[in-house]
Amino acid sequence: MSNSDGRLIKRQKLSTRITHWVWAICLFFLLLSGLQIFNAHPALYLGDQSGFGFENSILELEGFPSWVTIPSTQDLATGRVIHFFFAWIFVVTLFVWLVASLRNRHLRKDLLPTAKDAKNFTADVRDHLKLNLVHTVRYSPLQKLAYVGVLFVLFPLIILTGLCMSPGMNAVLPWLPELFGGRQTARTIHFIVMALLVGFFIVHMAMILLAGPLNEIRSIITGRYRLTRKDKTNV
Amino acid sequence: MSKLILSRRHLLKAGLASAAALPLGGCEAFDFLRTRDNAMREFMIKMNSLTYKAQRQLLSGDQLAPEFTQADIQQDMRANGSTEVDTDDYLEVLDTNFTNYQLEVTGLVERPMRFTLDALRGLPSRTQITRHDCVEGWSCIAKWQGVPLHNILDQVGVKEEARYVMFHCYDAIEKGLSGEVLYYESIDLVDARHPQTILAYAMNDKPLPIENGAPLRVRVERQLGYKMAKYIKRIELISEFSTVGLGQGSYWADRGYEWFAGI
Repeated sequence: MSNSDGRLIKRQKLSTRITHWVWAICLFFLLLSGLQIFNAHPALYLGDQSGFGFENSILELEGFPSWVTIPSTQDLATGRVIHFFFAWIFVVTLFVWLVASLRNRHLRKDLLPTAKDAKNFTADVRDHLKLNLVHTVRYSPLQKLAYVGVLFVLFPLIILTGLCMSPGMNAVLPWLPELFGGRQTARTIHFIVMALLVGFFIVHMAMILLAGPLNEIRSIITGRYRLTRKDKTNV
Repeated sequence: MSKLILSRRHLLKAGLASAAALPLGGCEAFDFLRTRDNAMREFMIKMNSLTYKAQRQLLSGDQLAPEFTQADIQQDMRANGSTEVDTDDYLEVLDTNFTNYQLEVTGLVERPMRFTLDALRGLPSRTQITRHDCVEGWSCIAKWQGVPLHNILDQVGVKEEARYVMFHCYDAIEKGLSGEVLYYESIDLVDARHPQTILAYAMNDKPLPIENGAPLRVRVERQLGYKMAKYIKRIELISEFSTVGLGQGSYWADRGYEWFAGI
Protein backbone atom coordinates (compact mmCIF):
# COMPACT_ATOMS: atom_id res chain seq x y z
CA MET A 1 0.00 0.00 0.00
CA SER A 2 1.76 3.08 -1.21
CA ASN A 3 0.01 5.41 1.20
CA SER A 4 1.04 3.87 4.48
CA ASP A 5 4.77 3.45 4.33
CA GLY A 6 5.87 7.11 4.56
CA ARG A 7 6.36 9.13 7.71
CA LEU A 8 3.88 11.69 8.96
CA ILE A 9 4.85 15.26 8.29
CA LYS A 10 3.20 18.57 9.17
CA ARG A 11 1.51 19.76 6.01
CA GLN A 12 -1.38 22.18 6.66
CA LYS A 13 -1.07 25.17 8.95
CA LEU A 14 -3.74 25.84 11.55
CA SER A 15 -4.97 28.96 9.74
CA THR A 16 -5.40 26.97 6.52
CA ARG A 17 -7.34 24.22 8.28
CA ILE A 18 -9.64 26.52 10.24
CA THR A 19 -10.46 28.76 7.29
CA HIS A 20 -11.05 25.70 5.11
CA TRP A 21 -13.71 24.32 7.44
CA VAL A 22 -15.31 27.68 8.15
CA TRP A 23 -15.69 28.14 4.39
CA ALA A 24 -17.08 24.64 4.01
CA ILE A 25 -19.80 25.41 6.56
CA CYS A 26 -20.45 28.90 5.13
CA LEU A 27 -20.71 27.65 1.56
CA PHE A 28 -23.12 24.91 2.56
CA PHE A 29 -25.50 27.44 4.13
CA LEU A 30 -24.89 30.12 1.50
CA LEU A 31 -25.73 27.65 -1.27
CA LEU A 32 -28.94 26.33 0.25
CA SER A 33 -30.20 29.69 1.54
CA GLY A 34 -29.19 31.19 -1.83
CA LEU A 35 -31.39 28.69 -3.67
CA GLN A 36 -34.20 29.65 -1.26
CA ILE A 37 -33.71 33.31 -2.22
CA PHE A 38 -33.54 32.42 -5.92
CA ASN A 39 -36.86 30.58 -5.62
CA ALA A 40 -38.60 33.88 -4.75
CA HIS A 41 -38.13 34.82 -8.41
CA PRO A 42 -36.64 31.83 -10.23
CA ALA A 43 -35.56 33.58 -13.43
CA LEU A 44 -32.31 35.14 -14.64
CA TYR A 45 -31.89 38.15 -16.92
CA LEU A 46 -29.23 40.17 -18.72
CA GLY A 47 -28.93 43.94 -18.22
CA ASP A 48 -30.10 46.36 -15.55
CA GLN A 49 -33.67 45.20 -15.20
CA SER A 50 -35.92 42.15 -15.51
CA GLY A 51 -37.91 41.99 -18.72
CA PHE A 52 -41.63 41.77 -18.04
CA GLY A 53 -42.71 43.88 -21.01
CA PHE A 54 -39.79 42.77 -23.17
CA GLU A 55 -37.57 39.74 -23.49
CA ASN A 56 -34.18 39.58 -21.77
CA SER A 57 -34.44 36.46 -19.66
CA ILE A 58 -31.93 33.68 -20.15
CA LEU A 59 -33.32 31.15 -17.72
CA GLU A 60 -36.74 30.52 -16.22
CA LEU A 61 -37.20 27.69 -13.77
CA GLU A 62 -39.99 26.36 -11.61
CA GLY A 63 -37.71 26.75 -8.62
CA PHE A 64 -35.45 24.35 -6.76
CA PRO A 65 -36.96 21.47 -4.75
CA SER A 66 -37.32 21.89 -1.00
CA TRP A 67 -34.58 19.36 -0.16
CA VAL A 68 -31.93 21.75 -1.49
CA THR A 69 -33.24 24.91 0.18
CA ILE A 70 -32.92 26.28 3.71
CA PRO A 71 -35.54 26.60 5.10
CA SER A 72 -37.20 23.69 3.31
CA THR A 73 -40.43 25.58 2.60
CA GLN A 74 -40.76 28.92 0.81
CA ASP A 75 -39.47 31.51 3.31
CA LEU A 76 -37.54 34.33 1.69
CA ALA A 77 -37.17 36.34 4.93
CA THR A 78 -35.44 33.50 6.81
CA GLY A 79 -33.37 32.62 3.74
CA ARG A 80 -32.05 36.19 3.69
CA VAL A 81 -31.24 36.18 7.41
CA ILE A 82 -29.18 33.00 6.97
CA HIS A 83 -27.57 34.09 3.69
CA PHE A 84 -26.31 37.45 4.97
CA PHE A 85 -25.13 35.98 8.28
CA PHE A 86 -22.91 33.44 6.54
CA ALA A 87 -21.91 35.96 3.87
CA TRP A 88 -20.34 38.13 6.57
CA ILE A 89 -18.45 35.17 8.05
CA PHE A 90 -17.39 34.04 4.59
CA VAL A 91 -15.94 37.44 3.69
CA VAL A 92 -14.21 37.96 7.04
CA THR A 93 -12.70 34.46 6.78
CA LEU A 94 -11.41 35.19 3.29
CA PHE A 95 -9.72 38.30 4.63
CA VAL A 96 -8.22 36.42 7.61
CA TRP A 97 -6.99 33.68 5.28
CA LEU A 98 -5.39 36.19 2.91
CA VAL A 99 -3.51 37.95 5.70
CA ALA A 100 -2.42 34.64 7.29
CA SER A 101 -1.38 33.15 3.96
CA LEU A 102 0.72 36.16 3.08
CA ARG A 103 2.38 36.11 6.48
CA ASN A 104 3.06 32.37 6.72
CA ARG A 105 3.97 32.12 3.03
CA HIS A 106 1.25 29.53 2.32
CA LEU A 107 0.30 31.59 -0.70
CA ARG A 108 3.75 31.91 -2.23
CA LYS A 109 5.12 28.53 -1.19
CA ASP A 110 2.11 26.29 -1.82
CA LEU A 111 -0.38 27.98 -4.09
CA LEU A 112 1.15 30.29 -6.64
CA PRO A 113 2.17 28.39 -9.78
CA THR A 114 5.90 28.30 -10.54
CA ALA A 115 7.93 27.80 -13.71
CA LYS A 116 8.26 24.16 -12.74
CA ASP A 117 4.45 23.89 -12.66
CA ALA A 118 4.27 25.27 -16.18
CA LYS A 119 6.77 22.65 -17.30
CA ASN A 120 4.87 19.82 -15.61
CA PHE A 121 1.46 21.04 -16.66
CA THR A 122 0.81 18.72 -19.61
CA ALA A 123 2.12 15.71 -17.71
CA ASP A 124 -0.22 16.58 -14.84
CA VAL A 125 -3.20 16.88 -17.19
CA ARG A 126 -2.28 13.49 -18.65
CA ASP A 127 -2.07 11.96 -15.17
CA HIS A 128 -5.48 13.37 -14.24
CA LEU A 129 -7.04 12.06 -17.45
CA LYS A 130 -5.70 8.62 -16.64
CA LEU A 131 -7.03 9.05 -13.07
CA ASN A 132 -3.52 8.48 -11.81
CA LEU A 133 -4.09 10.64 -8.77
CA VAL A 134 -1.73 9.84 -5.96
CA HIS A 135 -1.26 13.36 -4.62
CA THR A 136 2.09 14.47 -3.38
CA VAL A 137 2.75 16.74 -0.45
CA ARG A 138 3.15 19.56 -2.95
CA TYR A 139 0.11 20.61 -4.94
CA SER A 140 0.18 19.61 -8.59
CA PRO A 141 -0.14 22.29 -11.31
CA LEU A 142 -3.84 21.54 -11.91
CA GLN A 143 -4.50 21.49 -8.18
CA LYS A 144 -2.89 24.91 -7.76
CA LEU A 145 -4.89 26.23 -10.68
CA ALA A 146 -8.13 24.98 -9.13
CA TYR A 147 -7.40 26.46 -5.69
CA VAL A 148 -6.12 29.77 -7.04
CA GLY A 149 -9.15 29.91 -9.36
CA VAL A 150 -11.56 29.41 -6.47
CA LEU A 151 -9.78 31.73 -4.02
CA PHE A 152 -8.85 34.57 -6.37
CA VAL A 153 -11.47 34.38 -9.09
CA LEU A 154 -14.67 32.67 -7.96
CA PHE A 155 -14.73 33.90 -4.33
CA PRO A 156 -14.14 37.59 -5.25
CA LEU A 157 -16.61 37.30 -8.15
CA ILE A 158 -19.40 35.89 -6.02
CA ILE A 159 -18.81 38.53 -3.31
CA LEU A 160 -18.73 41.43 -5.77
CA THR A 161 -21.77 40.28 -7.75
CA GLY A 162 -23.56 39.78 -4.43
CA LEU A 163 -22.78 43.38 -3.48
CA CYS A 164 -24.07 44.50 -6.90
CA MET A 165 -27.53 43.34 -5.86
CA SER A 166 -27.56 45.71 -2.89
CA PRO A 167 -29.27 49.01 -3.74
CA GLY A 168 -27.28 50.60 -0.90
CA MET A 169 -23.96 49.43 -2.31
CA ASN A 170 -25.07 50.59 -5.76
CA ALA A 171 -25.09 54.12 -4.34
CA VAL A 172 -21.65 53.64 -2.73
CA LEU A 173 -20.06 52.00 -5.79
CA PRO A 174 -22.20 52.91 -8.81
CA TRP A 175 -19.53 51.64 -11.22
CA LEU A 176 -19.64 48.12 -9.81
CA PRO A 177 -22.94 46.90 -11.31
CA GLU A 178 -21.98 48.70 -14.53
CA LEU A 179 -18.73 46.74 -14.61
CA PHE A 180 -20.73 43.52 -14.69
CA GLY A 181 -23.28 44.80 -17.19
CA GLY A 182 -26.10 45.80 -14.84
CA ARG A 183 -27.69 44.50 -11.66
CA GLN A 184 -29.56 41.65 -13.32
CA THR A 185 -26.46 40.47 -15.21
CA ALA A 186 -24.58 40.58 -11.90
CA ARG A 187 -27.32 38.42 -10.37
CA THR A 188 -26.95 35.98 -13.26
CA ILE A 189 -23.15 35.87 -12.79
CA HIS A 190 -23.69 35.30 -9.03
CA PHE A 191 -25.79 32.26 -9.99
CA ILE A 192 -23.24 30.96 -12.54
CA VAL A 193 -20.36 31.28 -10.06
CA MET A 194 -22.49 29.36 -7.55
CA ALA A 195 -22.82 26.56 -10.13
CA LEU A 196 -19.05 26.63 -10.77
CA LEU A 197 -18.39 26.36 -7.02
CA VAL A 198 -20.72 23.37 -6.83
CA GLY A 199 -18.74 21.90 -9.74
CA PHE A 200 -15.50 22.57 -7.88
CA PHE A 201 -16.91 20.86 -4.78
CA ILE A 202 -17.81 17.72 -6.76
CA VAL A 203 -14.36 17.52 -8.37
CA HIS A 204 -12.71 18.32 -5.01
CA MET A 205 -14.54 15.36 -3.41
CA ALA A 206 -13.71 13.04 -6.31
CA MET A 207 -10.03 13.99 -6.16
CA ILE A 208 -9.87 13.33 -2.41
CA LEU A 209 -11.47 9.93 -2.87
CA LEU A 210 -9.11 9.01 -5.69
CA ALA A 211 -5.98 10.38 -4.02
CA GLY A 212 -6.49 8.49 -0.77
CA PRO A 213 -9.19 10.03 1.39
CA LEU A 214 -7.76 9.13 4.80
CA ASN A 215 -4.47 10.88 4.20
CA GLU A 216 -6.13 13.88 2.57
CA ILE A 217 -8.80 14.32 5.21
CA ARG A 218 -6.29 13.86 8.02
CA SER A 219 -4.11 16.59 6.58
CA ILE A 220 -6.95 19.13 6.48
CA ILE A 221 -8.11 18.22 10.01
CA THR A 222 -4.95 17.51 12.02
CA GLY A 223 -2.53 19.06 9.56
CA ARG A 224 -0.51 15.84 9.35
CA TYR A 225 0.11 14.11 6.08
CA ARG A 226 1.79 10.78 5.44
CA LEU A 227 4.36 10.95 2.71
CA THR A 228 3.66 8.61 -0.16
CA ARG A 229 6.09 6.68 -2.33
CA LYS A 230 5.57 9.31 -4.98
CA ASP A 231 6.62 11.98 -2.51
CA LYS A 232 9.90 10.19 -1.92
CA THR A 233 10.75 10.26 -5.59
CA ASN A 234 9.59 13.85 -5.96
CA VAL A 235 10.71 15.71 -2.89
CA MET B 1 -4.19 -3.15 -10.30
CA SER B 2 -3.94 -3.13 -6.55
CA LYS B 3 -4.15 0.63 -6.62
CA LEU B 4 -7.37 0.50 -8.62
CA ILE B 5 -8.97 -1.83 -6.10
CA LEU B 6 -7.83 0.44 -3.32
CA SER B 7 -9.43 3.44 -4.97
CA ARG B 8 -12.67 1.56 -5.42
CA ARG B 9 -12.71 0.55 -1.79
CA HIS B 10 -12.01 4.10 -0.75
CA LEU B 11 -14.71 5.36 -3.07
CA LEU B 12 -17.21 2.95 -1.60
CA LYS B 13 -16.26 3.87 1.95
CA ALA B 14 -16.45 7.59 1.32
CA GLY B 15 -19.63 7.14 -0.68
CA LEU B 16 -21.25 5.54 2.34
CA ALA B 17 -19.95 8.32 4.55
CA SER B 18 -21.48 11.00 2.37
CA ALA B 19 -24.76 9.08 2.12
CA ALA B 20 -24.88 9.15 5.90
CA ALA B 21 -24.49 12.91 5.80
CA LEU B 22 -27.31 13.32 3.28
CA PRO B 23 -30.18 13.69 5.74
CA LEU B 24 -28.41 16.89 6.77
CA GLY B 25 -28.94 18.14 3.25
CA GLY B 26 -32.64 17.40 3.53
CA CYS B 27 -33.03 20.84 4.81
CA GLU B 28 -35.89 20.46 7.20
CA ALA B 29 -33.03 20.07 9.68
CA PHE B 30 -32.70 23.86 9.73
CA ASP B 31 -36.36 24.79 9.74
CA PHE B 32 -36.08 25.67 13.44
CA LEU B 33 -34.50 28.92 12.20
CA ARG B 34 -37.93 29.95 10.94
CA THR B 35 -39.24 30.25 14.50
CA ARG B 36 -39.40 33.90 15.42
CA ASP B 37 -37.75 33.82 18.85
CA ASN B 38 -35.31 30.99 18.19
CA ALA B 39 -32.03 31.95 19.87
CA MET B 40 -29.89 31.13 16.85
CA ARG B 41 -32.12 33.18 14.59
CA GLU B 42 -32.01 36.09 17.04
CA PHE B 43 -28.22 35.84 17.09
CA MET B 44 -28.04 35.90 13.29
CA ILE B 45 -30.33 38.92 13.11
CA LYS B 46 -28.19 40.71 15.69
CA MET B 47 -25.05 39.95 13.67
CA ASN B 48 -26.79 41.14 10.51
CA SER B 49 -27.27 44.57 12.03
CA LEU B 50 -23.64 44.91 10.92
CA THR B 51 -25.11 45.43 7.46
CA TYR B 52 -27.03 48.49 8.63
CA LYS B 53 -24.02 49.83 10.53
CA ALA B 54 -21.70 49.26 7.58
CA GLN B 55 -24.06 50.87 5.10
CA ARG B 56 -24.69 53.81 7.42
CA GLN B 57 -20.91 54.33 7.54
CA LEU B 58 -20.61 54.08 3.78
CA LEU B 59 -23.80 56.02 3.02
CA SER B 60 -23.56 58.76 5.61
CA GLY B 61 -23.49 61.36 2.87
CA ASP B 62 -25.88 62.01 0.03
CA GLN B 63 -24.46 59.39 -2.33
CA LEU B 64 -27.07 58.97 -5.04
CA ALA B 65 -28.56 55.73 -6.29
CA PRO B 66 -27.75 55.26 -10.00
CA GLU B 67 -30.06 57.16 -12.31
CA PHE B 68 -30.90 56.05 -15.82
CA THR B 69 -32.03 57.62 -19.08
CA GLN B 70 -35.35 57.78 -20.89
CA ALA B 71 -34.10 55.01 -23.22
CA ASP B 72 -33.85 52.66 -20.22
CA ILE B 73 -37.60 52.83 -19.60
CA GLN B 74 -38.50 49.77 -21.63
CA GLN B 75 -41.66 48.56 -19.94
CA ASP B 76 -44.47 49.50 -17.59
CA MET B 77 -43.54 49.64 -13.94
CA ARG B 78 -44.27 46.26 -12.41
CA ALA B 79 -46.88 46.60 -9.67
CA ASN B 80 -46.33 44.58 -6.53
CA GLY B 81 -47.84 44.21 -3.07
CA SER B 82 -51.30 45.79 -2.93
CA THR B 83 -52.45 46.81 -6.40
CA GLU B 84 -55.97 47.88 -5.51
CA VAL B 85 -57.41 49.27 -2.34
CA ASP B 86 -60.95 48.93 -1.04
CA THR B 87 -60.78 50.52 2.40
CA ASP B 88 -63.58 53.06 2.95
CA ASP B 89 -61.45 56.14 3.44
CA TYR B 90 -59.48 55.31 0.28
CA LEU B 91 -62.62 54.84 -1.81
CA GLU B 92 -63.78 58.20 -0.51
CA VAL B 93 -60.73 60.08 -1.86
CA LEU B 94 -60.64 57.92 -4.99
CA ASP B 95 -64.23 58.96 -5.73
CA THR B 96 -63.16 62.58 -6.03
CA ASN B 97 -60.14 61.62 -8.11
CA PHE B 98 -58.03 62.56 -5.07
CA THR B 99 -59.14 66.21 -5.09
CA ASN B 100 -60.18 65.89 -1.45
CA TYR B 101 -57.05 63.93 -0.55
CA GLN B 102 -54.93 65.51 2.14
CA LEU B 103 -51.55 64.19 3.24
CA GLU B 104 -51.30 64.50 7.00
CA VAL B 105 -47.94 65.12 8.63
CA THR B 106 -48.08 64.53 12.37
CA GLY B 107 -46.11 63.28 15.35
CA LEU B 108 -42.93 64.87 16.64
CA VAL B 109 -43.17 68.03 14.54
CA GLU B 110 -43.40 71.72 15.41
CA ARG B 111 -46.34 72.37 13.09
CA PRO B 112 -48.58 69.45 12.09
CA MET B 113 -49.74 70.13 8.54
CA ARG B 114 -51.97 68.84 5.76
CA PHE B 115 -51.14 68.99 2.06
CA THR B 116 -53.59 68.55 -0.79
CA LEU B 117 -52.30 66.88 -3.94
CA ASP B 118 -52.41 70.26 -5.71
CA ALA B 119 -50.37 71.83 -2.92
CA LEU B 120 -47.78 69.07 -3.26
CA ARG B 121 -47.69 69.49 -7.02
CA GLY B 122 -47.08 73.21 -6.47
CA LEU B 123 -43.91 72.60 -4.44
CA PRO B 124 -40.47 72.28 -6.06
CA SER B 125 -40.21 68.77 -7.44
CA ARG B 126 -37.53 66.28 -8.36
CA THR B 127 -37.69 63.90 -11.32
CA GLN B 128 -35.54 60.78 -11.39
CA ILE B 129 -35.28 57.67 -13.53
CA THR B 130 -34.31 54.89 -11.17
CA ARG B 131 -34.24 51.14 -10.87
CA HIS B 132 -36.69 49.58 -8.46
CA ASP B 133 -35.23 46.44 -6.87
CA CYS B 134 -37.66 44.01 -5.31
CA VAL B 135 -36.57 41.80 -2.42
CA GLU B 136 -37.65 38.88 -4.62
CA GLY B 137 -34.78 39.62 -6.97
CA TRP B 138 -36.27 41.40 -9.97
CA SER B 139 -35.63 44.99 -11.10
CA CYS B 140 -37.62 47.49 -13.12
CA ILE B 141 -36.71 51.00 -14.32
CA ALA B 142 -39.21 53.89 -14.26
CA LYS B 143 -39.35 57.67 -14.04
CA TRP B 144 -40.63 59.19 -10.81
CA GLN B 145 -41.63 62.77 -10.06
CA GLY B 146 -42.48 64.16 -6.65
CA VAL B 147 -41.70 66.42 -3.73
CA PRO B 148 -38.43 65.78 -1.89
CA LEU B 149 -39.40 64.58 1.57
CA HIS B 150 -36.83 66.92 3.19
CA ASN B 151 -38.85 69.83 1.84
CA ILE B 152 -41.94 68.63 3.71
CA LEU B 153 -39.88 67.92 6.84
CA ASP B 154 -38.46 71.44 6.77
CA GLN B 155 -41.96 72.91 6.49
CA VAL B 156 -43.35 71.03 9.47
CA GLY B 157 -40.20 71.36 11.56
CA VAL B 158 -38.83 68.06 12.89
CA LYS B 159 -38.50 67.97 16.67
CA GLU B 160 -35.14 67.08 18.19
CA GLU B 161 -36.30 63.73 19.58
CA ALA B 162 -37.69 62.44 16.26
CA ARG B 163 -35.64 59.63 14.74
CA TYR B 164 -37.86 57.95 12.16
CA VAL B 165 -40.45 58.81 9.55
CA MET B 166 -43.39 56.41 9.63
CA PHE B 167 -45.66 56.06 6.62
CA HIS B 168 -49.24 55.01 7.37
CA CYS B 169 -51.00 53.73 4.28
CA TYR B 170 -54.54 53.22 3.02
CA ASP B 171 -54.06 49.69 1.74
CA ALA B 172 -54.99 46.64 3.76
CA ILE B 173 -52.07 44.37 2.92
CA GLU B 174 -53.60 41.64 5.03
CA LYS B 175 -57.23 40.77 5.62
CA GLY B 176 -57.31 38.11 8.27
CA LEU B 177 -59.82 36.84 10.75
CA SER B 178 -58.44 39.25 13.30
CA GLY B 179 -59.14 42.15 11.01
CA GLU B 180 -57.26 44.21 8.47
CA VAL B 181 -53.59 45.14 8.65
CA LEU B 182 -52.91 48.45 6.95
CA TYR B 183 -49.47 48.80 5.36
CA TYR B 184 -46.90 50.72 7.40
CA GLU B 185 -43.24 51.37 6.77
CA SER B 186 -40.55 53.56 8.30
CA ILE B 187 -37.16 54.99 7.41
CA ASP B 188 -34.55 56.83 9.45
CA LEU B 189 -33.91 60.55 9.04
CA VAL B 190 -30.74 59.96 7.01
CA ASP B 191 -32.79 58.33 4.28
CA ALA B 192 -35.73 60.69 4.83
CA ARG B 193 -33.51 63.70 4.11
CA HIS B 194 -31.73 62.09 1.15
CA PRO B 195 -32.18 64.14 -2.06
CA GLN B 196 -33.67 61.20 -3.96
CA THR B 197 -36.25 60.43 -1.27
CA ILE B 198 -39.38 61.91 -2.80
CA LEU B 199 -43.12 61.67 -2.31
CA ALA B 200 -43.98 60.69 -5.87
CA TYR B 201 -47.27 61.71 -7.46
CA ALA B 202 -46.25 61.01 -11.06
CA MET B 203 -44.71 58.04 -12.83
CA ASN B 204 -43.43 57.86 -16.40
CA ASP B 205 -44.82 61.37 -17.06
CA LYS B 206 -48.37 60.44 -15.99
CA PRO B 207 -50.23 60.74 -12.70
CA LEU B 208 -49.23 57.88 -10.43
CA PRO B 209 -51.42 54.87 -11.42
CA ILE B 210 -53.55 53.26 -8.73
CA GLU B 211 -51.69 49.95 -8.94
CA ASN B 212 -48.42 51.79 -8.27
CA GLY B 213 -49.72 53.58 -5.19
CA ALA B 214 -51.87 56.61 -6.14
CA PRO B 215 -52.15 59.27 -4.98
CA LEU B 216 -48.74 59.25 -3.26
CA ARG B 217 -45.89 56.82 -2.72
CA VAL B 218 -42.43 57.31 -1.32
CA ARG B 219 -39.24 56.52 -3.23
CA VAL B 220 -36.30 55.39 -1.07
CA GLU B 221 -33.85 54.65 -3.84
CA ARG B 222 -31.02 53.20 -1.75
CA GLN B 223 -33.22 50.45 -0.35
CA LEU B 224 -35.41 47.61 -1.63
CA GLY B 225 -38.92 48.02 -2.98
CA TYR B 226 -40.83 47.12 0.17
CA LYS B 227 -39.52 50.28 1.87
CA MET B 228 -41.27 52.41 -0.75
CA ALA B 229 -44.72 52.56 0.80
CA LYS B 230 -47.63 53.16 -1.57
CA TYR B 231 -51.06 54.77 -0.94
CA ILE B 232 -49.63 57.06 1.75
CA LYS B 233 -52.29 58.53 4.00
CA ARG B 234 -50.30 59.97 6.86
CA ILE B 235 -46.69 60.64 7.73
CA GLU B 236 -45.71 60.50 11.37
CA LEU B 237 -42.42 61.56 12.95
CA ILE B 238 -41.57 59.18 15.78
CA SER B 239 -38.73 58.53 18.18
CA GLU B 240 -39.13 54.74 18.28
CA PHE B 241 -41.35 52.20 16.61
CA SER B 242 -41.73 49.57 19.31
CA THR B 243 -45.42 50.42 19.75
CA VAL B 244 -46.24 50.26 16.03
CA GLY B 245 -47.47 46.96 14.60
CA LEU B 246 -45.45 44.10 16.06
CA GLY B 247 -42.64 46.48 16.98
CA GLN B 248 -40.14 46.05 14.18
CA GLY B 249 -41.02 49.27 12.38
CA SER B 250 -42.67 47.99 9.22
CA TYR B 251 -45.19 45.49 7.92
CA TRP B 252 -42.49 43.33 6.34
CA ALA B 253 -40.00 43.80 9.19
CA ASP B 254 -42.73 42.47 11.47
CA ARG B 255 -42.80 39.42 9.20
CA GLY B 256 -39.10 38.60 9.42
CA TYR B 257 -37.60 40.85 6.77
CA GLU B 258 -34.88 43.36 7.61
CA TRP B 259 -36.11 46.79 8.68
CA PHE B 260 -33.11 48.25 6.87
CA ALA B 261 -33.35 46.97 3.30
CA GLY B 262 -30.10 48.29 1.83
CA ILE B 263 -29.24 44.79 0.62
